[in-house]
Amino acid sequence: MSRQANRGTESKKMSSELFTLTYGALVTQLCKDYENDEDVNKQLDKMGYNIGVRLIEDFLARSNVGKCHDFRETADVIAKVAFKMYLGITPSITNWSPAGDEFSLIMENNPLVDFVELPDSHSSLIYSNLLCGVLRGALEMVQMAVEAKFVQDALKGDGVTEIRMRFIRRIEDNLPVGEE
Amino acid sequence: MTVHNLYLFDRNGVCLHYSEWHRKKQAGISQEEEFKLMKDGFVAFQTSRYKLHYYETPTGIKVVMNTDLGVGPIRDVLHHIYSALYVELVVKNPLCPLGQTVQSELFRSRLDSYIRSLPFFSARAG
Repeated sequence: MSRQANRGTESKKMSSELFTLTYGALVTQLCKDYENDEDVNKQLDKMGYNIGVRLIEDFLARSNVGKCHDFRETADVIAKVAFKMYLGITPSITNWSPAGDEFSLIMENNPLVDFVELPDSHSSLIYSNLLCGVLRGALEMVQMAVEAKFVQDALKGDGVTEIRMRFIRRIEDNLPVGEE
Repeated sequence: MTVHNLYLFDRNGVCLHYSEWHRKKQAGISQEEEFKLMKDGFVAFQTSRYKLHYYETPTGIKVVMNTDLGVGPIRDVLHHIYSALYVELVVKNPLCPLGQTVQSELFRSRLDSYIRSLPFFSARAG
């Protein structure tokens, strides 16, 4: 068993088709297991959360980004560094609330949904809800409680895919955190 | 020049890992008490006997290394311990639970080899 401990910054190229198909197989299986869309959405969010709490460490290790000073900086880092690093896309940041505690991530294209069409029987399925869980889990590990939800979805006929991010509160260190 | 010991803490102050190499004398208190002392409010300092190097990530992971006085700034070393060892071998292994002492033997031995390979680590203390 030899495991590379020092891959460092070299990127592992993987077929994006394999990734999309794997994600699709996951969602399909969840739909079979849970029978209703709401439960599938919840599971996707939970799985995303479990990914996010670990992914943040990989992100910090590779990007060398320091602690963000405010939510605007956080938004920039999410869109320009994190999304680029993990999904190869750079969503745009728009629609800041006057208080600066909410913004939107607009994705022209979403690698998770290549080849996907949502059937009528799953109209309330939030196909890419894993992403919302990832964002929530990752940000919780850097002391930010946020809500992430899809407000527009190209899969449902909208022109773009939009995730709305809302800052809830700062998390103090002595709250126990773990996997759900 | 040498490395005395290394601590890895998480954001809740749980000691994830501890290793020692050349510890000239025990502090005279139990290991648990010593863990508590280590994490309370230190940044970087040196005494007449040793130097403590500190590195913390935005997620609250803290790497603490004690060396003798001959060792200069080693932020890159502590970052390597975080990124190439802890993140690669523990965080990315779904079978390694977070928030508790690391059980992974691979992590322990890779960390040990890395420390021993450092230019400022010598097999004989002092």
